[in-house]
Amino acid sequence: MLKLDSVFKTFNAGTINENRVLNGLSLHLKEGDFVTVIGGNGAGKSTVLNSVAGVFPIDYGTITIDGKNVTRLSEYKRAALIGRVFQDPMTGTAASMNIEDNLALAYRRGKRRMLKWGISSKERKEYRSLLSTLGLGLESRLTDKVGLLSGGQRQALTLLMATLVSPKILLLDEHTAALDPKTAAKVLEISDKLVKQNNLTTMMVTHNMRDAINYGNRLVMMNHGRIILDIEGEEKKKLTVETLMDKFSEASGEEFTSDSAILG
Amino acid sequence: MGAIILSAVSLGTLWAVMTLGVYITYRILDIADLTVEGSIATGAAVAAHLISVGVSPWAATAAAIGSGMLAGLATGLLHTKLKIPPLLAGILTMIALYSVNLRIMGKSNIPLLKTATVFTGIQTAFNLDKNIAILIIGVICALAVSVFMYWFFGTELGCAVRATGSNPQMARAQGINTDTMINIGLVISNGLVAFSGALIAQNQSYADVQMGTGSIVIGLASLIIGEVLFAMKTNSFKRVIFAVCLGAVLYRVIIALVLKAGMNPNDLKLFTAITVAFCLALPVGRGYLMTIAKSLKGGGSNA
Repeated sequence: MLKLDSVFKTFNAGTINENRVLNGLSLHLKEGDFVTVIGGNGAGKSTVLNSVAGVFPIDYGTITIDGKNVTRLSEYKRAALIGRVFQDPMTGTAASMNIEDNLALAYRRGKRRMLKWGISSKERKEYRSLLSTLGLGLESRLTDKVGLLSGGQRQALTLLMATLVSPKILLLDEHTAALDPKTAAKVLEISDKLVKQNNLTTMMVTHNMRDAINYGNRLVMMNHGRIILDIEGEEKKKLTVETLMDKFSEASGEEFTSDSAILG
Repeated sequence: MGAIILSAVSLGTLWAVMTLGVYITYRILDIADLTVEGSIATGAAVAAHLISVGVSPWAATAAAIGSGMLAGLATGLLHTKLKIPPLLAGILTMIALYSVNLRIMGKSNIPLLKTATVFTGIQTAFNLDKNIAILIIGVICALAVSVFMYWFFGTELGCAVRATGSNPQMARAQGINTDTMINIGLVISNGLVAFSGALIAQNQSYADVQMGTGSIVIGLASLIIGEVLFAMKTNSFKRVIFAVCLGAVLYRVIIALVLKAGMNPNDLKLFTAITVAFCLALPVGRGYLMTIAKSLKGGGSNA
């Protein structure tokens, strides 16, 4: 469903701040794969997701989604195939617009936007019932500005928006990192439910090793812009945080140094 | 006194059209667009030139709207294609338009005395007072533009423009071409500003290449006065549009009254700038007062 072939990306090339973030990374996802992505700071986790989303052009390599080469496609065109949730809860929604407007925008992802009315009463009903499945009481607040919602509510709404039109790929970029532990758990639970319901091919970046082990059917570990570990199926189910850290040292020849990853 | 107020109100309805244009860029797109200083004069220049060579006033006004839309597109392309920051892109178009406007008019001023205007039609047909005729046409135009804006920003396309102004990153993630939306917003906005310019020129019976100077500040003053007084706590877009129109009218009334009270007209722009600065600072001032009030309360209960 998603194919990355020898992807290279260097930021600030030719300057003193030159930073090679992706170093010939290749990754193939089968349909329905739920991959968790872990790695230390600067390993290139978010850059992979942003490359897939088309936030910036990559220097070399190809990206294919559902058999379609999207390497040169602009971000907004690719959006037809991709659902995204970001680390910052402010990023995924339009704060000055209300909940139903945000959902209506997401409902039209990948469609031509014309001079038809921006939301129909039939949609409203649908949104209300979808929001009620989140269990956050948002179904009675359709006309509230999104700016009034808490971070957790906004992330849950963004998740709903990302999956409202079933995407070929769902990209979750540390989408629980800015939330308190209880809310983070709730948002993760919603994510997992939505992914399973719609059998979505998903990449989830996380700093939390336990979450990376508990969720998804596959786990990849990144270091210096490459994938150094790729575990799936039965083997992944048996993983513990300790074995994962051992495997990291083995594969990279370094100690795992990210405190937040160890403690999380 | 009554005549002064009536004249101010009728002029205000013409400026309301311009203020609605400024609302699109300043509030919806979150861009301070200085193109308006040029495009309002462009609208006036195009309308005045065409009327003076015998074109019908409404056709001339329509052409003026088109010229303003082109000016908006120029700023939009400078910003989206050449990546020039929007403030600077607007200034560049504004400066360029000064020369363009002189070219259109062939001189720095075109008088419109004894020519037909969009106002003279109903004025002669119903034998009305000039200011009443202006008021009627002004209200019809402002209403038409209001209805258009309410409709447009409720459509899928209009929602995409709003999303672009609110959160461009989110908009792109939802498949919205943010560059196109910025261009659409600037085109509509400057079309309205030029429309207003054309109406104002016909009202004052001349177009002048200098008439745009300070217009952005007048637009902002009207916008902010309207919002602060009539739309502080509302989610209703209808109410906001109405408030913005009222703000434009009220601004004209305030100006007429302070001039009547004896203020030197040369001080007008200073007065306007101070009004805008004051209104923009209101939230800061309010926050400051709240802090003081809280600390006073806190101090009281501790003692």
